[in-house]
Amino acid sequence: MTGLEHYLSIFTKAVFIENIVLAYFLGLCSFLAISKKIDASVGIGMAVIVVLTITAPINWVLWEFLLSKGALVWISDDFVDTDLGFLKLIVFISVIAAMVQLVEMFMERFSQSLYNSLGIFLPLIAVNCSILGGSLFMVEREYTISETVVYGFGSGVGFFLAIVALASIRYRIRYSNIPPRLRGVGMAMLLTGLLSMAFMAFSGIDL
Amino acid sequence: MELFNSESKKIISDPINVNNPISLQVLGICSALAVTIRLDQAIIMTLAVIFVLCSSNVILSLIRNYIPNRVRIVIMLSVIASLVSVVDELLKAYLYDMSKQLSVFVGLIITNCIIMGRAEAFALKNGPSKAFLDGIGNGFGYGLIIIIVSFFRELFGAGTITLPDGGAGYVLWRIPESWYAAGYENVGLLVLSPGAFIILGLVIWVQREMAGVEEDA
Repeated sequence: MTGLEHYLSIFTKAVFIENIVLAYFLGLCSFLAISKKIDASVGIGMAVIVVLTITAPINWVLWEFLLSKGALVWISDDFVDTDLGFLKLIVFISVIAAMVQLVEMFMERFSQSLYNSLGIFLPLIAVNCSILGGSLFMVEREYTISETVVYGFGSGVGFFLAIVALASIRYRIRYSNIPPRLRGVGMAMLLTGLLSMAFMAFSGIDL
Repeated sequence: MELFNSESKKIISDPINVNNPISLQVLGICSALAVTIRLDQAIIMTLAVIFVLCSSNVILSLIRNYIPNRVRIVIMLSVIASLVSVVDELLKAYLYDMSKQLSVFVGLIITNCIIMGRAEAFALKNGPSKAFLDGIGNGFGYGLIIIIVSFFRELFGAGTITLPDGGAGYVLWRIPESWYAAGYENVGLLVLSPGAFIILGLVIWVQREMAGVEEDA
């Protein structure tokens, strides 16, 4: 496979076939809580795209040059057997928390309007499993740095698509006659099931 | 403090029934779905979550008066992340097959909202023994739901019931060949992700009917 095609394939896979919400169940907490409103869903979707695209490559660099087995050989050959892999969870989550804080400060300084629309969602994102999940999958699948960037961005777009779709459906059915105790989360789960089934139709597409 | 007075009973039983973390507080759904393909995975995951939840609740409750409010999220995250790393390493050492199957979802206990949510809502406001009971209650509430979901997904999706053992799982019961010969078929959809969403949606509905709670949406 040639260069561009390969990246395009990773991208479509991350957006449609292995959608991070609908196929891997990541980020569902905010997915269900925020999809009550469409504009808020667009906001958190954008924030997830930004944070995933930034944190996945940073964590890749840390994994490759600090944490994985034999990663420290660039300091000295004595470290060839050193394996700091057990620190990965703590390091990744701290990077994510710190990056979220940084992005928030950056936005506040340079784009007030963007901050006003995305600002309140950023703290929520630090504990959104899709962000940590993105980094962990990147390690498990042994992506290179450029693949990681594409994968992070693609997963973000996938989250965006899924949450905006669910929010629109929930908006449409707001006056429907649903059994009272199925209302809210129960119904949202069933709708997500149907959405996920629809996204499964993409599986088998190979670029 | 007496351990089994009515207040502590309430702390334990509420989250199992009328304040269930998954179906009513809507916390921790992310991992709840991914590990429900097989019953044994769900049981191990429940044990891991109960361990992390109880220990993090107790630790955070012990240090709650020393945590500055502004940095509490970072402190909570680092306590939880260390505990999860311990669980991850333990699973790798003693239940290697299981840790391969659960893959990244053990790590994702860190961002499981139940743990952060209970720390924030309960452990930082109450003493350690109450926080421990709250951890037990919410852990079992979580476990109850995911064990029900995984039971149905495995039984109707794959036709088996698997209990955890040291290796790849012990098959307790499997649908006999004669049923298949008579025309019974597994519902393959349940093993895939849409099945998880739909079963959990139905379980939430039933649970809310039983607890008698509805959401004002």
